[in-house]
Amino acid sequence: MNFKLQIWRQKDRQSKGKLVDYEARDISPDASLLEMLDIVNEGLLLKGETPIAFDSDCREGICGTCSLNVNGEAHGCDHPGAVCELYMRRFRDGQKIIIEPFRLRSFPIVKDLVVDRSALDRIVQAGGFVSARAGSAPEANSILIPKQDADLSMEAAACIGCGACAAACPNASAMLFTAAKVSHLSLLPQGNPERTSRVLKMVNAMDAEGFGNCTNTYECEAVCPAEISASFIAKLNREYIRANWHTSGAE
Amino acid sequence: MIGTLDSRVPSGPLAQKWQSHRDHSRLVSPNNRRKFEVIIVGSGLAGGSAAATLGELGYRVKCFCFQDSPRRAHSIAAQGGINAAKNYQNDGDSVYRLFYDTIKGGDFRSREANVYRLAEVSNLIIDQCVEQGVPFAREYGGLLANRSFGGAQVSRTFYARGQTGQQLLLGCYQALCRQIAAGTVQMFPQTEMLDLVIVDDHAKGIITRDLRTGKIDKYAADAVVLATGGYGNVFYLSTNARGCNVTATYRAYKKGALFANPCFTQIHPTCIPQSGDYQSKLTLMSESLRNDGRVWVPKRKEDCGKSPKEIPEATRDYYLERKYPSYGNLAPRDVSSRSAKEVCDEGRGVGPGGRGVYLDFAEAIKRLGENTIRERYGNLFEIYDKITGEDAYQTPMRIYPAVHYTMGGLWVDYNLMSNIPGLHVIGEANFSDHGANRLGASALMQGLADGYFVLPYTLPNYLAGQTGKRPSVDHPEFKKAESDVRAKIDRLLRVNGKRSLDSIHRELGTLLWDKCGMARNANGLREALGKIPELREEFWNNVRIPGNSADFNQSLERAGRVADFLDFAELMCLDALERDESCGGHFREEHQTPEGEAVRDDDKFASVFAWEFQGNGQIAAPKLHREPLHFETVHLTQRSYK
Ligand SMILES: Cc1cc2nc3c(=O)[nH]c(=O)nc-3n(C[C@H](O)[C@H](O)[C@H](O)COP(=O)(O)OP(=O)(O)OC[C@H]3O[C@@H](n4cnc5c(N)ncnc54)[C@H](O)[C@@H]3O)c2cc1C
Ligand code: SF4
Ligand code: FES
Repeated sequence: MNFKLQIWRQKDRQSKGKLVDYEARDISPDASLLEMLDIVNEGLLLKGETPIAFDSDCREGICGTCSLNVNGEAHGCDHPGAVCELYMRRFRDGQKIIIEPFRLRSFPIVKDLVVDRSALDRIVQAGGFVSARAGSAPEANSILIPKQDADLSMEAAACIGCGACAAACPNASAMLFTAAKVSHLSLLPQGNPERTSRVLKMVNAMDAEGFGNCTNTYECEAVCPAEISASFIAKLNREYIRANWHTSGAE
Repeated sequence: MIGTLDSRVPSGPLAQKWQSHRDHSRLVSPNNRRKFEVIIVGSGLAGGSAAATLGELGYRVKCFCFQDSPRRAHSIAAQGGINAAKNYQNDGDSVYRLFYDTIKGGDFRSREANVYRLAEVSNLIIDQCVEQGVPFAREYGGLLANRSFGGAQVSRTFYARGQTGQQLLLGCYQALCRQIAAGTVQMFPQTEMLDLVIVDDHAKGIITRDLRTGKIDKYAADAVVLATGGYGNVFYLSTNARGCNVTATYRAYKKGALFANPCFTQIHPTCIPQSGDYQSKLTLMSESLRNDGRVWVPKRKEDCGKSPKEIPEATRDYYLERKYPSYGNLAPRDVSSRSAKEVCDEGRGVGPGGRGVYLDFAEAIKRLGENTIRERYGNLFEIYDKITGEDAYQTPMRIYPAVHYTMGGLWVDYNLMSNIPGLHVIGEANFSDHGANRLGASALMQGLADGYFVLPYTLPNYLAGQTGKRPSVDHPEFKKAESDVRAKIDRLLRVNGKRSLDSIHRELGTLLWDKCGMARNANGLREALGKIPELREEFWNNVRIPGNSADFNQSLERAGRVADFLDFAELMCLDALERDESCGGHFREEHQTPEGEAVRDDDKFASVFAWEFQGNGQIAAPKLHREPLHFETVHLTQRSYK
């Protein structure tokens, strides 16, 4: 297959970037989009040009490293799935493909298609954990957890931390990401003791990182490779209200 | 110079060794802990759990990883599960049994005491992870669920959907985040360790490169811990994440750390076959699929091109069931991998290039219904569909073995310390617990055992004697190491040849896969040992690395890793040649039974091979040290999965 590519090139954070035209030829429909970029890069290298910088590691949709907008969609058109799971058979021969980085203020561009998503780490550092010191845990089966709760918690915990939700959101909101972590932990008894402080700290951190507010457009859910349900955002809101209620002493 | 290798295994009965070792290890008191700085390279299950735990204890920790976040370490990709000897299923499991299975699975090439300790602490890991909020699968009554995995005869594997590694790593990442927020751990993402610094014979620091800015930095500490994962990517194609590499451990080897059993690599039988030359990695299909899938190929070569539907039962060869009636499709990894290679070598493989076998769910679907199968493996079937465009509910999957895990690694003693005092090595990066073959669901267990429950006890034993010995980064050894690192980078950028990095790496990978892969023989290994130096020459004369070093330069980043793979490959082949027996994943064609089973030579080779660097290339061949393995508790038996 052949493709006409337009790819965002930007030297570093300060420089201005632009879309540059490239061509990809003789690509197998069984190759992934990232493998197509590997091929394009090999060609650039041999011509003495600088290869296109883009992020990836596991290349199987679990590490959350890859992060591209493909034809305007975060992770491309094959939802649910990360962009490393996007295969060329999903495109028409000869199709034009525009490849850009995730675009939002909280994820500054490092180079070309690579962005800095450390903001997400800082949201977790603010409180996205259970304070369980190694060695102090009780016998694992001493606390029973109904299967439904464990399963629902797992659904939220499946977030791969890619940031596509924020990239796709018209308000650049990281609500789905934060909601996933808050829900994962608040659905389990182990997460209960810190339930109140966790949600307040994480939401504060999210605001401090410059992410926007949620106005229920559900773009996040549509692009999420881990199929995190937007209903967790409703849960986050409930948790947040509950926490404010608790801390305001209104009980 | 290194004398005899002392494994420092405590005396006394096997089951009491760890307790008595802890009782007699030195401690560092709470007030003094903050005086010690510990460098941990790696934020996977091993490094992440160690960094979090040492931070909790009050040490000052600096943790490094090359990904943009510690949560993205390769451990995230583990699917199947984690073992523990909880015996929750009341099916006869015990610490001893987990220990025995691991020793036997490793084909009697690991240390009894280390493996027993691993089985012993396995239960604590499950307690710890549950307490952190890892959402393990549960039964309706609320108890933890288990499954049988990788041929085990008991159900001892804990799992979280098909994403166990992800959930365990997130638990550990969250614990790490807590310590980062508390200020006990300082995290350095996208920072690659490029050299180890040794001062007065002790490991006291590292040299790093900031992958975003290209800045070279020096860090000093009281001890250095490597948790840098495995080197499966020496084969170019493997199930490992693209970034996995041997650089940290290889550079430590060049500084005098012994590299143990480098040829012990594990090939996983159930991966999606390669579809073309552009392939950048191979995807594992969890082994749990073999619980319900049946493996077969056509009996006749002529049928290989046909659609599987057109091949009637009578002309299918369910070769694992035929050859290993009691284990059948659940035969251990090395056995099933080799059997797949055999049938493909006979020309009976299916799919592109004839390198694939069928894994068929038709019978299970008939017996249990599509819904049950969907419930058990739905996400794996989706992955398969995405990658191949085929629906495995309708047509059998195609699978083929791929490099998956490396049992070899830096040599460590019972304290997980290498022969260089102060240098500790944990997780897949060390050689310690899996012998010549790792059992399914035991790498996650080992990584977390090392990080949560072993290193926090053994590291203080070293630190206690090191008060006030942390050097400054102005020490000449740091300066020297830094200038070596800079020189190597400059040299890479100066080559400016005509070949891409990938093309050379791919060539190395193909060579190793053919000569030092699932089956090896002396002639092939000698051939590889002849060719690797040529390929290395080609690399240093003809590779093209664009850009400069003071920049975010992904090509340069990878070039350093490929350069180390090119050196390391030689060590691997040398080790495979020297180990003139078959054991576990190391199958020497010269040593097999008439039925094609591996034949060990316990008299000559019941030992760990630990190699000492003497300089690159054949002129300065590395020096071999042997650590004899003493089996006080188990009897060495020939594995039989008939
Ligand atoms: C697809 C797949 C599935 C698996 N499934 C299972 C399973 O079900 N059960 C099981 O028990 N095991 C499984 N394994 C094996 C298991 O996942 C790994 O062995 C284990 O996770 C390794 O953990 P680790 O902490 O040692 O290393 P890793 O997780 O690989 O972490 C290495 C760390 O070191 C860092 N690093 C490396 N080099 C440098 C450097 N030079 N400078 C700075 N940082 C560096 C990396 O950034 C990373 O943080 C699986 C493996 C694969 C590939
Ligand atoms: S919620 Fe979904 S889109 Fe957002 S970071 Fe997590 S996995 Fe990515
Ligand atoms: S590269 Fe890991 S999710 Fe895409």
